Amino acid sequence: MSQNIQTFTSDEPIVRYKNITKSFGEHTVLKELDLDILPGEKVALIGPSGSGKTTIARLLMTLESPTSGTIEVDGEMLWHMHKRGRLISANEKHLHRVRSKIGMVFQHFNLFPHMTILRNVTEALIHVLKIPKAEANHRALEILERVGLRDHTNHYPSQLSGGQKQRVAIARALVMQPRIMLFDEVTSALDPELVGEVLDVIKAIASEGDMTMILITHEMDFARDVADRIIFTDGGVIVEQGTPAELFENPKSARLQSFLSRFMKGQPDRSADDRVAAGTE
Amino acid sequence: MWDWGYANSILPKLLEVIPTTLASAILGFILACLLGLPIALARRSSKKWIAWPVAAFSEFIRSTPLLIQLFVLVFVFPQSFNITLSPFLAGVIGLGLHYSTYLSEVYRSGIDSVPRGQWEASIALNFNKLRTWLRIVLPQSIPPTIPVMGNYLIVMFKETPTLSAITVVELLMTAKVIGSASFKYVEAFTLVGIIFLVLSYPSSLLVRALERRMKRNERRGIA
Ligand SMILES: Nc1ncnc2c1ncn2[C@@H]1O[C@H](COP(=O)(O)OP(=O)(O)O)[C@@H](O)[C@H]1O
Ligand SMILES: [Mg+2]
Repeated sequence: MSQNIQTFTSDEPIVRYKNITKSFGEHTVLKELDLDILPGEKVALIGPSGSGKTTIARLLMTLESPTSGTIEVDGEMLWHMHKRGRLISANEKHLHRVRSKIGMVFQHFNLFPHMTILRNVTEALIHVLKIPKAEANHRALEILERVGLRDHTNHYPSQLSGGQKQRVAIARALVMQPRIMLFDEVTSALDPELVGEVLDVIKAIASEGDMTMILITHEMDFARDVADRIIFTDGGVIVEQGTPAELFENPKSARLQSFLSRFMKGQPDRSADDRVAAGTE
Repeated sequence: MWDWGYANSILPKLLEVIPTTLASAILGFILACLLGLPIALARRSSKKWIAWPVAAFSEFIRSTPLLIQLFVLVFVFPQSFNITLSPFLAGVIGLGLHYSTYLSEVYRSGIDSVPRGQWEASIALNFNKLRTWLRIVLPQSIPPTIPVMGNYLIVMFKETPTLSAITVVELLMTAKVIGSASFKYVEAFTLVGIIFLVLSYPSSLLVRALERRMKRNERRGIA
């Protein structure tokens, strides 16, 4: 399924989901998912809410563990490791090492409210990467400059707008220089007029090249602009994938066609996650 | 019935024991704060062999009267373990231990109030467990509990008369001694009541002011 991307086939995938199934109790959320992502590739995940997009990202960020199957990151198992020739569950040390290649930006920012913007960005540099404070501050200011928040370094998150908060969250993830970045509906919690500034920052990062990006989004124009490949999920499986042109101009499956026609009417579903949480979906 | 002259004459004796009374409450409170946190952490542990015994111990302490625990400290400890504590020290330990089980619940509610997203951001940034606790979770969970903690300090202060049962010379004990020497109980006990009121009430106002200030800071986002 994931073999139909022409431009990247020469490389080894940087992320490989192999036969991943994820269940919460009786409820199977992902069904035997196979997915390869190439280094530097920008992949957009689209699909109705509840289709498993967030779960795909959370498995890679090690926020959930797979029920079965394996995930490889940069040629190495994420959730498993070899010990005396046998495959066993990864320990914390192994997770820590592989996870350092991955960063994530969340829908609800998850900034640290008790720290200034600067400290939000430097905290992991200093205490995870063990970079000296002066150097960490220097790097943080550089990144904050890039996301247009150089002047807000001494503010607290609650003093910022949603769009500014999300840009700080992006800076905080970016400063760790992960090889893979996950963006999970990062504009869904924002007021419509603030969406643009966040998407512009992501577009700028994407245009710089090297970073592998997985973008879960309901912003179809954005997905079309940024992504090399669009993946459409529904009911815990990948229904269809291809280049933006292939998927948007010429959707093959009935499910994607009806999904897109709903969106083209201009109804991005902002409250999708809240509805799922309330159990009314 | 009320004898002003007499009341005046015994007041200095009562004021004299205020430091002991306050010290037992404050030291007990500090001990309770120090013990409460590890109890709260242990009870949340995913390791059953840690969580279980601590939970059982804590529930046991909480559901038995302080007085019995004090008696165990002063009567059973010397006999069984050959440890003899001064009444004051036993009082501090008893109060501290007893209330640590309450304070552990306060810590727990503080910890539970930290949104899941904070833990997830900590994982995404690759903080280890210890760092996540020390730099992300505890700094957010302890400040909101401060007013409740303050109230417990006042509660513990009002509990100090229990220590008279193990002969700690605090306010109630002193009043009883004065009263039984002169058979004038009204003045002594009334004065003790007033002293408690004078010390407790402003403290609770202070706690309330603190609470208001924290709410305000929270709105400004610098709690
Ligand atoms: N922690 C969880 N416990 C139980 N069910 C969950 C949990 N997380 C997600 N789900 C369920 O998994 C399904 C897929 O969720 P999700 O991956 O968030 O989808 P999407 O991001 O595409 O909206 C939904 O039906 C959701 O209710
Ligand atoms: Mg989602």
